[in-house]
Amino acid sequence: MAQVTLEQLRKVYPNGNEAVQTCSFQIPDGEFVVLVGPSGCGKSTLLRMIAGLEEISDGSLYIGDAVVNDVDPADRNIAMVFQNYALYPHMTVERNMGYGLRNRGIPKADIDAKVREAASMLNLTEYLDRRPSQLSGGQRQRVAMGRAIVRQPELFLFDEPLSNLDAKLRNQMRIEIKALQRRLGTTAVYVTHDQVEAMTMADRIIVLNEGRIEQIGTPSDVYNHPESTFVASFIGAPPMNLMPATVGADQAITLSDGTVLAGRAPEGAPGSVLVGVRPEDVLIGAGDIPFTIDIIEELGALRLLHGQLGGAPFSVSIGKDEQAQAGPSTIGLKPDALHIFDPQTQRRV
Amino acid sequence: MKRAGFTTVWLPVALLLPQLMIIAIFFYWPAGWALQSSFYLQDPFGFGSTFVGVDNYTDLTNNGEYMRIAWFTVVYSALVTFFSLSIALLLAVKADNVIRGAKSYRTLLMWVYAIAPPVAGFLGILFFDQRNGPLTVFFQTFGWDFKLGVNYNSTATAMVMVAVWKQIPVNFIFFLSGLQSIPRAVREAAMIDNRSATGRFWQVTFPLLAPTAFFLLIINITYALFDTFGIIDALMKGEPGNNPMTLVYKVYLDGFRGNDLGGSSAQSVILMVLVLLLTVFQFRLIERRIHYT
Repeated sequence: MAQVTLEQLRKVYPNGNEAVQTCSFQIPDGEFVVLVGPSGCGKSTLLRMIAGLEEISDGSLYIGDAVVNDVDPADRNIAMVFQNYALYPHMTVERNMGYGLRNRGIPKADIDAKVREAASMLNLTEYLDRRPSQLSGGQRQRVAMGRAIVRQPELFLFDEPLSNLDAKLRNQMRIEIKALQRRLGTTAVYVTHDQVEAMTMADRIIVLNEGRIEQIGTPSDVYNHPESTFVASFIGAPPMNLMPATVGADQAITLSDGTVLAGRAPEGAPGSVLVGVRPEDVLIGAGDIPFTIDIIEELGALRLLHGQLGGAPFSVSIGKDEQAQAGPSTIGLKPDALHIFDPQTQRRV
Repeated sequence: MKRAGFTTVWLPVALLLPQLMIIAIFFYWPAGWALQSSFYLQDPFGFGSTFVGVDNYTDLTNNGEYMRIAWFTVVYSALVTFFSLSIALLLAVKADNVIRGAKSYRTLLMWVYAIAPPVAGFLGILFFDQRNGPLTVFFQTFGWDFKLGVNYNSTATAMVMVAVWKQIPVNFIFFLSGLQSIPRAVREAAMIDNRSATGRFWQVTFPLLAPTAFFLLIINITYALFDTFGIIDALMKGEPGNNPMTLVYKVYLDGFRGNDLGGSSAQSVILMVLVLLLTVFQFRLIERRIHYT
């Protein structure tokens, strides 16, 4: 078990593309950290630097107390689960799982015991003699997990391991991976572009955008106090509504169509701001803000009402028991529903 | 699943006919003719032939020269196959690791592919020229008096070297594309599992290249047996004398220079059987064992 420390880490490719801007953070022992962001945000590059598959341009990487910048991937005591499983097609499940151990000179009896233990943990015992091509997607995913856990590494690395599975299996494996990590207590770094995976699995989320860390925090932190407009719109489905507004002398917030919102902007807010409201923080049919519903999306457990407010698209999420019809209506905001951002820096005020 | 079908029997037959005719006219007919004439003794001046049964075949097995040539062919094919495969694999692995200028390297390594075998043989003659061939001079610095076309071992060495050189690009192209079709993640997983690059190559990369390698093995044996004719002919400068030759060259020599069409036909029938065995071997043993997906 080990903590992971990134100190001023940076990745620049020879063509000048800065994939990961200088960043520093620490992952305490046993924590499950999720790197989340859109494709091309540098999350995989960051993970691959930790794995040793990508060279570090600047800064230091510690696993435990040792700097591992120049340590071979095989000597970092890590295990990685890849997006396409990356199983060895010519080896049986048993040999796939034991390959890393055999190269470490561990006695054959010990390898057998460890492989059998991992296989029974993952319900793979009856498949040990099969080749990867004879397994289903979910079973291959389990073998990849098994290959990682038999090594008893200090650190698990996951590179979008569930993106090739269908939705149902993905939900199931999500829970299994999380439970397994809890049971083993191994530090884990998990890369995904799926904000649901990030929210459900993480102890802490690191949101990345264009090679830059936007926010680090617990799932509820990131959801309830997004530090930037990017985080606000990336985390949460449907995304947060963002509207331009002006702040008056008494800190009152006025939308561009003249609607005055209940609530005050914090001290130090600039004259013009972006106001964020989560669709689920809106009460329909209450309050005094006029809102015209254009389209209703039925999602079963909830309904999404789409319309316009303050010259920008605005969505409202209501429970399945609440009623709504297309046409003019009024809305009210729950207390503390407003998130105020500076339009210049895109940061929270 | 719905199967597409033809409504009449004539359309598919008509579509297949050109291909079948090519095979029949250029392969089965000559092959049948060779089989037939291998049982006859032809008059050298073309005035008739006599049925001699299997005499042409028994003559060959009792012929010391033929057995020597057969043995040389085996050794020659083994050497050409081994060196052209192993050098090409080495080059492919190295070229696969190159990041900058990778395309230029690959193009340069493939160029030789475009050279026709007799031209390759002719280039060989220039390189092994008695007076100022660079390779002859090079061998002489080691005290080896290299004599192309005169000394048996010298000629054999030149034949192997030119044939290997000519075949490397083909193998290189196949090995390189084989290497590039191995998923990057599989190799990266191996990097995490195994510290030793040599170990990774033999335990992960090479087994995944095995289908390519076995295919090339068959291609290369066939090449060494048959397609090196042009190289051998050029290097020998039309003077067989004491020089080494392969079975295919012997067929040509006995049939067209020695006018022994019966014996020559018997030899080509033996070669046909050899190719047949090779093909059976390929399909039965290899194709079945080495596919994983």
